Amino acid sequence: MNPLAGCLLVSALLFAIGLAGAITRRSAILVLAGIELMLSAANLNFIAFWRFGPHPEALTGLIFVIFSIAVAAAEAAVGLALILAIYRHAKTSDVSEIGEMRG
Amino acid sequence: MTVAGLDQIFVTLKDILVAHTPAPLQTIVGILITIVPIIVIFPALFAVTTILERKGLGRIQNRYGPNRVGPWGILQPMADAVKSLTKEDLVPRAADQVVHYLAPLVLVGASFLGFAVLPIGRNMTAVNLDAGVLFFFAIGAGTELAVFMAGWSSRNKYSLLGAMRAIAQMISYEIPLILSSIAVVMIAGTLSPTLIVERQAAFSHGLAHWNLFTPWGLAGFILFMIAGTAETNRSPFDLPEGESEIIAGYFIEYSGFKFALFFLAEYLEMFAVSGLGITLFLGGWSSPVSFLAWIPSWAWFFTKLLALIVGFIWIRGTMPRLRMDQLMNFAWKFMLPMTLVVIVSAGIWRFLPVSFGGSAALGGMVRWLVCALVIVVPYVIFARMLGRGNHIEKRVYRFAE
Amino acid sequence: MTLPFLILALLTLAGGVAAMTLRRLVHCALALAISFAGLAGLYLNLGAEFAGLAQLLVYVGAIAILIVFVILLTRGGDADPDSSFSPASAGSVVIALAVFAVLAWAVNTSSLAHVATLQPAPPSDKTGTLQIGQALMQHYVLPLEVIGLMLTAAMIGAVILALRDKRIAAEPKDSELRAS
Repeated sequence: MNPLAGCLLVSALLFAIGLAGAITRRSAILVLAGIELMLSAANLNFIAFWRFGPHPEALTGLIFVIFSIAVAAAEAAVGLALILAIYRHAKTSDVSEIGEMRG
Repeated sequence: MTVAGLDQIFVTLKDILVAHTPAPLQTIVGILITIVPIIVIFPALFAVTTILERKGLGRIQNRYGPNRVGPWGILQPMADAVKSLTKEDLVPRAADQVVHYLAPLVLVGASFLGFAVLPIGRNMTAVNLDAGVLFFFAIGAGTELAVFMAGWSSRNKYSLLGAMRAIAQMISYEIPLILSSIAVVMIAGTLSPTLIVERQAAFSHGLAHWNLFTPWGLAGFILFMIAGTAETNRSPFDLPEGESEIIAGYFIEYSGFKFALFFLAEYLEMFAVSGLGITLFLGGWSSPVSFLAWIPSWAWFFTKLLALIVGFIWIRGTMPRLRMDQLMNFAWKFMLPMTLVVIVSAGIWRFLPVSFGGSAALGGMVRWLVCALVIVVPYVIFARMLGRGNHIEKRVYRFAE
Repeated sequence: MTLPFLILALLTLAGGVAAMTLRRLVHCALALAISFAGLAGLYLNLGAEFAGLAQLLVYVGAIAILIVFVILLTRGGDADPDSSFSPASAGSVVIALAVFAVLAWAVNTSSLAHVATLQPAPPSDKTGTLQIGQALMQHYVLPLEVIGLMLTAAMIGAVILALRDKRIAAEPKDSELRAS
């Protein structure tokens, strides 16, 4: 197994951890944290392919990661603001107790 | 010994020491020789600063200050060190033991890391990072988290309040801090502190090319130091630890050596922010005028650092503490737009021609005036807007009826 | 695989596991910060200096702090720790493990994972901060502008969402407080 495969495996494991957290935790904040972990796992893949792939001087993977970090920051800000608004409305941030949208 | 030899004495010393160690150990010894002086010098400077601060504050407040330990009380830091080392280390029973223990360590560690990228002399940067300025700000994130850890884990409402205040303040003032350094990064065209200093170390007409001597540099430096003062929780921005409101803020439940670590970290952050301000605006290790260029570069750096520390002490002794709403208004309604104006002014500075009508002196003056005008006009407008509705009148004290 | 890589990978994964399993929300947020810092270390280890430092600045300095703030604002700091997992958590873990198994199988069977010699490290003067800046300002200038617009929109949106509705909770203004 070479370094590239090592990076990919770490990234896959991190993605699985994030996925497990996002679907098992009841706190909306931790669901968001799990999604952030999955996003970071994807970023690690981009960096690994940039580093070990052909033409690293084209910087494609690196630039993608920088944009991805910016998008993640915006996503976290809006997501957490949503959680705050829901908490103010329903007095809880537990996703299993917020069932108003259920038909 | 020649002037150049004295300038590079520490670099030469390190090279000699590394050359005389056996080959397998050379990397480790080289790293240690780079790190250990930083870990020794800045805490030593902390000791010097505490006595300077207590004496200076005493002088400002018309009292003596410490004067019992040693001649004129100058051995007071030693006594303080012995006291804090031998004091009992109390941990509240309700505290979150692990986080409570880790918080001061993370704080001190993060504070030390900032010095890694500061050029404290010619060829004397511990880690010559390509994106050193970014590294400095990224490390600052660690201190914010450590402050929160300390405040939350203590399980004390005052410490939690202090931590929330500290984080809100640090986040708000981090933006002007970063934006005001962006102007320098833009002009220098690099994020490496070493290169930024080298760009400023040249002389023309006997005067160095410090960023301070330009209108955007002067305004940027003032904004940077204000934001830096807030970032390090120094007075008048010391709301997170305001004694009269929330006792000691986030480190209220710490005692003994951990308490001393918090103080050490606070001063280290002050040195680090001052060091970055020196690097970005005051030409780092370079001399302001060419006829003083023979003074060793590291001496220049520490002279400037001490001068800024004295400024910090002076401000602490003379300014009253801000209120929370004043603090936030100042950050978002004044500091943030002003730093954006400074960036615009730096851009204009970059693209205005240096010579005007064939005369370089006239062109320089026109450029200076135009850029200064770009800053002064918005400054007046923003200051008016900030002060609007803020009538200063005779205070009427109302007591509980 | 080198020793620093293994240590950083272990730190990242341990932080991630702790963030997703610990019961107290603040502990989760701190573990998440450790995981993000480890990830930034991995980027630095792979030679992506700018991306690593940006990761540290944005994830640890902004997102982790934001999460901590929201935890305290929603009173998650003192929530009862008994009911932090959903009832169907066992099935969810099986799903996550299945996802990992598929990904690991895909990585293991691909020819790239068994190439003996990979690309050498790219020269730092071709992938340094200067080159990233030039790429952002020349080739990728349109995405950069779009990202700027998106961040502004997100900022305004977040402020509006988090703003207390004035019609519901009319708080006395500062000037009214002073007058009374």
